[in-house]
Amino acid sequence: MSKSYFDETHCAIGHPKSTFMQWMLTIDHKRIGLMYAAVMFTFFFVAVATAFVMRLELFAPGAQFIDGDTFNQAFTLHGVIMIFLFIIPGVPAVLGNIVMPLMIGAKDVSFPRLNWFTFWLYILGALVALASLFTDAGFADTGWTFYAPYSLNTGTNVIFTLVAAFILGMASILTGLNFLVTIHRLRAPGMTFWKMPLFVWGIYATAWIQLLATPVVGITLILAIMEKYFGIGIFDPAKGGDPVLFEHLFWIYSHPAVYLMILPAFGIMSEIIPTFSRRTIFGYRSIALSSASIAGVGYLVWGHHLYTSGMADTAKVIFSFLTFFVAIPTGVKFYDWVATMYKGKIILSTPMLWALGTIITFTIGGLTGVTIAMIGVDIHLQDTYYTVAHFHYAMLGGVVFLFFAGLHYWFPLVTGKMYNEKQAKIAFYLQFVGFNLLWFPMFIAGYYGMPRRYFDYLPEFQIYHQFSFFGAVIFITGLTYMFVVFFKGWTKGKPSGTNPWNATTLEWHMPSSPPPLENHSKVPYVDFEPYEYHHGEPVVKFDYETMKRID
Amino acid sequence: MSHEYIPEIATDRDGNEHEVQGWQGDFYGGKLGFWLFMFTEVLMFGAMFMVLSYYNTLHPQDFLDASASLNRVLGGTNTVILLVSALTMGLGLLKMRTGDVKGAKLMIWATILLATAFLVIKGFEWSAEYHHGIFLMHDQLLAESPLPFGQKLFFGMYFTMTGLHGFHILIGIGLMIWLLKRINAGKVSQDHHILYWNIALYWDIVHLIWVFVFPYYYMIGAGGVTGGH
Repeated sequence: MSKSYFDETHCAIGHPKSTFMQWMLTIDHKRIGLMYAAVMFTFFFVAVATAFVMRLELFAPGAQFIDGDTFNQAFTLHGVIMIFLFIIPGVPAVLGNIVMPLMIGAKDVSFPRLNWFTFWLYILGALVALASLFTDAGFADTGWTFYAPYSLNTGTNVIFTLVAAFILGMASILTGLNFLVTIHRLRAPGMTFWKMPLFVWGIYATAWIQLLATPVVGITLILAIMEKYFGIGIFDPAKGGDPVLFEHLFWIYSHPAVYLMILPAFGIMSEIIPTFSRRTIFGYRSIALSSASIAGVGYLVWGHHLYTSGMADTAKVIFSFLTFFVAIPTGVKFYDWVATMYKGKIILSTPMLWALGTIITFTIGGLTGVTIAMIGVDIHLQDTYYTVAHFHYAMLGGVVFLFFAGLHYWFPLVTGKMYNEKQAKIAFYLQFVGFNLLWFPMFIAGYYGMPRRYFDYLPEFQIYHQFSFFGAVIFITGLTYMFVVFFKGWTKGKPSGTNPWNATTLEWHMPSSPPPLENHSKVPYVDFEPYEYHHGEPVVKFDYETMKRID
Repeated sequence: MSHEYIPEIATDRDGNEHEVQGWQGDFYGGKLGFWLFMFTEVLMFGAMFMVLSYYNTLHPQDFLDASASLNRVLGGTNTVILLVSALTMGLGLLKMRTGDVKGAKLMIWATILLATAFLVIKGFEWSAEYHHGIFLMHDQLLAESPLPFGQKLFFGMYFTMTGLHGFHILIGIGLMIWLLKRINAGKVSQDHHILYWNIALYWDIVHLIWVFVFPYYYMIGAGGVTGGH
């Protein structure tokens, strides 16, 4: 049995003997990705639990379990963890780290030590964020957006959260930088940009957003810290500042950030659909370019968060128009995926089920986003449950669903084992049903005027909250079950072999399963497209000794 | 388990050989990465300049008055010092590339000396402003000072931006001392000078930012003092 990356590793400092230190100091991209996954999903469950406490509180009108101030801190904690600790680093840090270098035939990322440093920067940021939970003043109660002037005047520990968000932003920038250089420099010979797998395209577009948008929010957070501690008056109207300026600066980053989340997830979809349809992907170039254009246009739409904050009417119209425009490349992707499946030999494995489910949920999430991009409609729906339901359909029903799809898809690659297909499908159906039951009633409640972030409500909204509660119970059951299935698969699953899905991209052509320390023992020359199928069979075949094509 | 790089060859179907690029010793990769990082610095300071110019349009006269009260002699001296230090840094890199290690080290020391001089002068400036009652201190002095809103914003941004710039100078000095250690250890040489190259690039960004900070803070109010000359 050959050695895998679980058996040996390169370290940032020295050659430690203990397994534990080898993991702590590892510079192997696959191990770092796994550690990100472990930490991230721990936080994910904390945030899910926080959300469940809020659902429990909202089961009936009035105060039951927690008071209003705690509720404010709860939704801030939920938002901060989900946004800054889970979904922004999410797909790139876990799957990007593990899979992207394998896909382009690289031995590691361009700067493996920087990658290691970035991981620990992320841990530092996470610790700083959570430290304020245990201080006297308590966790921030501002919401994850830290809107001025409230964030400058509240007595809670906003400063910790601001510093943490800054550190996590740094980590995000460095990951993006690392991936950009890796994709530019370390592609296998012959692999041009038009021969890269589409997940790599997604990571590439994302990396540019990480690099170009994050510094703006970084400096905004620094200005907010300076303001809070030195009383400059940049954002506080009582001191002559402009709070709307904070919203502008904040959303200049934070709106592109949602494309930063979704683009690598779309990349996962573009891997799964052709593999399980046994068909060459439809419109490869249009999918690749739509990633790039979403990243580009995504910079110019932040103003749609500020329709009710006070902005010139001309600016509103322009922002509204530009926001509609983002839907075009997104729509192109969806048509391409559906066209790929047309006349394909579709195999309904778990990753494919997740991908198909996402086509439904993300379409709802995306189209409701177009409705609130309209100025008039948005005035009615701003800060209601409609908006909440919209972005959870897009984020949970888009990014996280595809993240799960990716976890199922690359699970055999990472662990060398296979999970139980039947159980994994049950987990999917539970989550899919629970998810829709949880969020769909909120569209209606929001439309009738249920405002977000309230811990109490009028009796007529009770029915929607109760539907949501039962949806949440089903969803969390499915979620927990899915991780049980993963755990069982990892410990007791059957060996999967190197290419269980009959996929075509390079990460499935490893010499052993799980992959060895330095990935491909021999790098192939890439003179083929990433998804070449003929009559349902992969076209490209390799002699694994020499990695030469033998088809 | 060594980190040594063994060049690898991929062979295509016609039997042509292609060298595989590894991450070890990838000079252009190192340069590209650092250029991208410098890009983020530009964006950070760019966002602050945006805030600054926004408030400038709201309080134009306050900004001119506040700017007029800054010390242009010290600021100008610092500008010259920083530009000369960029020259010494660049010359040092040229010397390293021609193999003159001793000359390169001399130039790095000169850069460190100039950077320190910059910080000392900056310190004098800050303490002078402190004695005039303009300083950032826990909501007190600045908030209670009788200055109009616009001037407070100007000085608030002035301290934030020059402070952050000074912090970059400090980091730069640390990087240069580290670079000297690496040169002494033989890790940076004529053939392997990516670290030197990138630190020189960093130093260029530091003075480039100052080239924009200086006119925006010191020069916009100069006309009022000199009567428009």
